[in-house]
Amino acid sequence: MHELSLCEGVLQALQENAQKEGYTRVMTVWLEIGQLSGVETEAMRFSFDAVTKGSLADNARLEIIDVPGLAWCMQCAKPVHIKKRYDECPDCSSYQLQVTGGEEMKIKELEVE
Amino acid sequence: MCTVCGCGEGETRIEGHSHSHTHEHDHHHHEHPHDHEHSHEHSHEESNSGHTHDYGQGPAHAHAPGMSQSRMVQIEQDILSKNNDYANANRNWFAEHGILTLNLVSSPGSGKTSLLTRSIDDLKNELSLSVIEGDQQTANDAERIRETGVKALQINTGKGCHLDGHMVGHALETLKPDEESVLFIENVGNLVCPAAFDLGEAHKVAILSVTEGEDKPLKYPDMFHAADLMLLNKVDLLPHLNFDVEKCIEYARRVNPGIKVIQVSATTGEGMDTWYQWIKATRQITMIGRPSHIVEA
Repeated sequence: MHELSLCEGVLQALQENAQKEGYTRVMTVWLEIGQLSGVETEAMRFSFDAVTKGSLADNARLEIIDVPGLAWCMQCAKPVHIKKRYDECPDCSSYQLQVTGGEEMKIKELEVE
Repeated sequence: MCTVCGCGEGETRIEGHSHSHTHEHDHHHHEHPHDHEHSHEHSHEESNSGHTHDYGQGPAHAHAPGMSQSRMVQIEQDILSKNNDYANANRNWFAEHGILTLNLVSSPGSGKTSLLTRSIDDLKNELSLSVIEGDQQTANDAERIRETGVKALQINTGKGCHLDGHMVGHALETLKPDEESVLFIENVGNLVCPAAFDLGEAHKVAILSVTEGEDKPLKYPDMFHAADLMLLNKVDLLPHLNFDVEKCIEYARRVNPGIKVIQVSATTGEGMDTWYQWIKATRQITMIGRPSHIVEA
């Protein structure tokens, strides 16, 4: 999607957090990326390296934690796993699903010094 | 340089805003209430790109023998939180001024600008309107809108593929939409990126034309999921095409069971009244609770 802007957002968050927490180098970044968030993890890795060049996160390792897509099926009245937004309920084939998880794009944790 | 936060805008150009230089902006003073709680003095990291002090491998600089000096920071921050902050500021401003804001999204060539100019022509005597136009380059669309007589402002995103909350915030300073007006934001023609970037709008309206594929809602599910209304445009051309309207609507409902669909033609005017009704009804909701709100019988 727009992984480059997202990575710029990550870098900005790191720079702000570095001031607050008092560190100068980021070694590892853990991101939580939901399967329904529309983020291509390969593009994210590529952009991350490009965006962080010469910054406090230069050469930092990027760890991406996949968060599975979850939805509430209104017909079955229970949570079900989905891979895509337009998936049908794996049990009853209904499309009456409310996505409840897997949309996140979050910076979870950092290893810093 | 921007008057609010002193930022430069990269390649983004907002009409009436003169950002002529490009520098990195990472200090929006008004945005960070916690910035100076810890006043550690360390210089910015950009300067040491040439060499690497790599203490990360062992206990070299650690305070306690055998301990690495690296540590973990739980940050738990949404990547888009920055944009969301700007969008929320816009949303509050819209609420304060009773402005209904609609974010129009589509692929290039769906007839968005034609649909918009016709809507403006038909509504401008009844409602106060203004427009923010987003395109990578050229002010052509804003000029088309200005020909209708309403206020319009062009944002050129340069390299960017979408408008963001920050750009729209600045555009509002220049455009100054009227109190209790309707603001249309015509986003960059792109069915992917604008889905994720909240601008502070009340609703996203997706415009799909029947000259495109009927399976676009499935191909670009994020956008149709984020939209509350889909305008199916150019329906006057249906007799000449193999476009399955029912199928298209079914696909849109798969990704978004709550989406409303209106079939329109900006050329013949078919269906446009229903779209105007939707705008007016939505505006009524925006106006509820405001002193000037009059309940229509």
